[in-house]
Amino acid sequence: MTTRAEWPLWEVFVRARRGMAHVHVGSLHAPDAEMALRNARDVYTRRQEGVSLWVVPATAVVASTPDLQGAFFEPAADKDYRHPTHYSVPEGVDHL
Amino acid sequence: MEPATDRSATVEPRDPMPDGYRRTLVRQIAQHAHSEIIGMQPEGEWIARAPSLRRKAILMAKVQDEAGHGLYLYAAAETLGTPREELLDALHTGRQKYSSIFNYPTLTWADVGAIGWLVDGAAIVNQVPLCRCSYGPYARAMVRICKEESFHQRQGFEILHTLSHGTPAQKAMAQDAVDRFWWPSLMMFGPPDADSPNTVQSMAWGIKRFTNDELRQRFVDIAVPQAEALGLTLPDPELRWNEERGHWDFGTPDFAELAEVVAGRGPCNAQRLAHRVRAHEDGAWVREAAAAYAAKRAARTPTREPAA
Amino acid sequence: MTAQRLGWWVSRAPELEEDVALANIGLDQLGQARGLYAVVTDLEGLGRTEDDLAYLRDAPDFRNVLLVERPQADFAVCVVRMLLLAAWQSEVYAVLAAREGPARGVAAKAVKEVAYHLDHAAQWVLRLGDGTELSHERAQAALDAEWPYLPELLEPDPAAAVDPAALRDAVLGRVRPVLDEATLVVPGLPADPPTGGRAGRHTEHLAALLAEMQQVARAHPGAAW
Repeated sequence: MTTRAEWPLWEVFVRARRGMAHVHVGSLHAPDAEMALRNARDVYTRRQEGVSLWVVPATAVVASTPDLQGAFFEPAADKDYRHPTHYSVPEGVDHL
Repeated sequence: MEPATDRSATVEPRDPMPDGYRRTLVRQIAQHAHSEIIGMQPEGEWIARAPSLRRKAILMAKVQDEAGHGLYLYAAAETLGTPREELLDALHTGRQKYSSIFNYPTLTWADVGAIGWLVDGAAIVNQVPLCRCSYGPYARAMVRICKEESFHQRQGFEILHTLSHGTPAQKAMAQDAVDRFWWPSLMMFGPPDADSPNTVQSMAWGIKRFTNDELRQRFVDIAVPQAEALGLTLPDPELRWNEERGHWDFGTPDFAELAEVVAGRGPCNAQRLAHRVRAHEDGAWVREAAAAYAAKRAARTPTREPAA
Repeated sequence: MTAQRLGWWVSRAPELEEDVALANIGLDQLGQARGLYAVVTDLEGLGRTEDDLAYLRDAPDFRNVLLVERPQADFAVCVVRMLLLAAWQSEVYAVLAAREGPARGVAAKAVKEVAYHLDHAAQWVLRLGDGTELSHERAQAALDAEWPYLPELLEPDPAAAVDPAALRDAVLGRVRPVLDEATLVVPGLPADPPTGGRAGRHTEHLAALLAEMQQVARAHPGAAW
């Protein structure tokens, strides 16, 4: 069996406090998921930065590319009727 | 490329960028990462000899941070497409450099204080502007690093303060350490602007925010009153307040010495690199074992546990 | 002792992530030592400090087991020893944390810390034992070297706050499954396993370790740091 000695890259997400979402904080190298989780604990939460961790193989992240930026994100720009500020509400009407 | 003209825009890994920008970034981030991990050595050797249990804990946590900082920075460099393995190889074979300061020896316990106060102090002056550098992953790594490093300089100052207010022998030890580390710390900012041809381009790209001489001046202005508070003198007879400039005037570091150290002929270059290469080579069988175990396990259990 | 030995690894670990991990474990061990020194100095009421106990005593005054004072410049030795020590510490601290006593606070905190050390060591023993042929060999050699020092940790001492002999089955119950899964062979014990640390009879390594650890502090008697 041949094994590459260089460990794969993992992306690390930390939940800082209960009630908050996991946020990407950085990456690290680890031979497998179990060690990745432990390394993430040692590297990214040694100052009590978190209460929960996710590690994801960097190769598993599917990302949009900058050249798709126009097609992906710009069509939303002229649809301001999705935002409450688009609508006018008569004076004196509350809780709307 | 946008950031060349618009300093507020951040470049992210998948954005198009000029080759020169990418190359310069990889070189700068890698050099920074190498400095963190080589920088573990001069202080690491004193963990065993720290003169109190409190100091031992502080120093171990500090050297540990340096490993963490090297790790964050390698990760930032990796987003540019260069794996850590390749960067380490460039370090080990001398193709990439690390900060000249770590090629000076740590001869006494007071040197641990001087490194914290002066070397980390200089590093912070260098690094704070990088929190706003144009490359996102580098800037974010620097934010984290600067936050964590705030205790590094303080602990160094505290060591020197304790020594300079201790026995005469302790005070002499502190003064000697400052005498040896002052000039090399000034050299950490690099050659004078006139001899730093890359500065203009790096500033245009937003990889660098201030020139070497600007940062050096800022460091001197910060350090002089702190030295006074320590009761220690800085070994520069030309040091005097310049009312007109509103800055401290200071002597010229021996840039010929800096060139020698950068060229690999400093007091500890060979020793530092040999230590690093040995650690890497001695660890190869461990890295291979973990990779082999992971491969065996993956072969046995084809499905991965879902994230919860 | 463990913190002192782990401190050596920082800048020498097989990968940066492991430098950080071993430093964390070293810091935990150092914290436990300081907590326990505080309990001791409090109880004896002589005005001695943790540093008096750590820096101003000679080797025969130290009561540590032999396992931890020996060199560990081999990563396999480092993790195998950590497995044995953490298994034992897990049991000792669990007992101390469960009952009233001066060490309860220290123990309650330490229980969580050593659970992580035990896990970290177990992960590595598995990977070395069941990794490559070379790593298996080295892990087995490390186990052969460290195993004879385990009985001293479990020697009966009815006068102690926790009689180690009572922990024997629990400690072995933690260690053996890991060694089995790591495909390592548990060696037989010598008829007369090394002992004496708790009576102040140490290996020659302790004096050397202390000479390094204490040199700065002792060169400046009475100084503050």
